[in-house]
Amino acid sequence: MNVARYWRTEKTRYGLVGETCRVCGKPIFPPRDLCPHCTEAGQDLRTFGGRGEVYSFAHVTDAPAGYTEYQPYTVALIKLEEGPLLTAQLTDVDQSDVRIGMPVEMVTRKLKEEGENGMVVYGYKFRPVMHE
Amino acid sequence: MREVSIIGIGQTDVGEHWERSLRDLAVDAMIAAIKDSHAERVDALYVGNMLSGELTAQEHLGTLLADWGGLGGTEAYKVEAADASGAAAVRLGYLAVASGVHDFVIACGVEKTTDADAETSNASWTYGTDAEYEGNQGVTVPSMAGLLMRRYMHEFEVTHDRFAPFSVIAHANGVNNPHAMYRSPISAESYARAGMIADPISMFDGAPLCDGAAAVLLCPAELARRFCARPVRIRASAAATDRLAVHSRNDPLFLQAAQLSAQRAYLQAGVAPSDVELFELHDAFSILAALSLEACGFAERGKATALAGEGAFDLHGRTPICTMGGLKARGHPIGASGVYQVVEVTQQLRGEAGANQIEAHLGMTQSLGGTGATAITHILEG
Ligand SMILES: [Zn+2]
Repeated sequence: MNVARYWRTEKTRYGLVGETCRVCGKPIFPPRDLCPHCTEAGQDLRTFGGRGEVYSFAHVTDAPAGYTEYQPYTVALIKLEEGPLLTAQLTDVDQSDVRIGMPVEMVTRKLKEEGENGMVVYGYKFRPVMHE
Repeated sequence: MREVSIIGIGQTDVGEHWERSLRDLAVDAMIAAIKDSHAERVDALYVGNMLSGELTAQEHLGTLLADWGGLGGTEAYKVEAADASGAAAVRLGYLAVASGVHDFVIACGVEKTTDADAETSNASWTYGTDAEYEGNQGVTVPSMAGLLMRRYMHEFEVTHDRFAPFSVIAHANGVNNPHAMYRSPISAESYARAGMIADPISMFDGAPLCDGAAAVLLCPAELARRFCARPVRIRASAAATDRLAVHSRNDPLFLQAAQLSAQRAYLQAGVAPSDVELFELHDAFSILAALSLEACGFAERGKATALAGEGAFDLHGRTPICTMGGLKARGHPIGASGVYQVVEVTQQLRGEAGANQIEAHLGMTQSLGGTGATAITHILEG
């Protein structure tokens, strides 16, 4: 597997780096060359805070190749505080405790190990917000 | 633009074809469609398929099937639009004939999933999602449908058991389709007991991946009666796309592409949803059946399961769906399903649907790619 395919999106996956559209002002995640809201080009990078809530979730029991060591796991749509939805796994949580509306925060975790040479891909997952 | 008719149909049984290869299945369906039509030549072949490269190490399908199907020299391509690949092939065939470029065109959908193990075919099916921002997170197609279903249950306060009618209807109708993969009925009680495959998606919410091929032969409507006693007219053909990733859609519970393609089709045919007498929809998951019905104007938002519970979509209900078993019971040979839908509506409009025959002159098909990022709608008249 070509490594460039992964480091290209590293900033997005490690730092939750997205964009703000210079034309319509809307937050964009993941980043794109053309704003998905107004289709104009021209955005400023912005780092999202990593807090949000569970918008929906499903439990994966038949994981695809590369992810089987983690199953069963929970995938979710997360609504970030700044507005955008994203797709991510939940971690550090009992599957039976997951609820729509549950506050979550981003953490960096291993997403998968790929191929015989064992390339490890890291990225964002979300866990329940720890009570301060 | 010329009017276009279907003058030949062909389909293989849907299931696990250990003895037959991808090319065997496709050629069977193509030959059946040619025989059925009595056409003497074929000008072009469009092959709908999603995963031949991944699962059978075979691309260049158009040429392979023109060659093995006895159409050597014919213009031929594969077209891919995830689960909607077969419907895309029908639409390209329609455009080729309507435009006047070709007179006799075959659209063939084929998928061979059992040449790979289930883990590989499930993983490959996920390639229809956004690889960098969905696939990368370890999602599966059933779990993507699960995200929609869970949110739907939450927003519209619908419990899981309310989705039972979609599977019950599909299985009831599959019983009388000799080509269907599952030919046994299920009850609401067995639906409620089914094990989870991607909670909240249960085994009875999802259609089985399997092997199969179906084909239609199209020609200009003005020539159709020379070849076929009961040609079926394509009154509308329309396609639309939505944001590929579910998280990028304005409202994940509204299938915008399904609505757009249906509206375009209604406009082209000059009909309303109430004129549609049967609807072969994309029930790869019961939640997609509900969302498709709502997007196409057969149910208000959040009300599809209630209407289904009242019998509106039963074989003799207001708008019958899945009349030959749908994806759930006939089976879902991914890139072939869109052509099976068109073949099945054609059977109904010709009066060849056997025990499941309904009285109908106008039928609709809608095929979705993935969880609705592509939607292709056809309206047929017999
Ligand atoms: Zn913008």
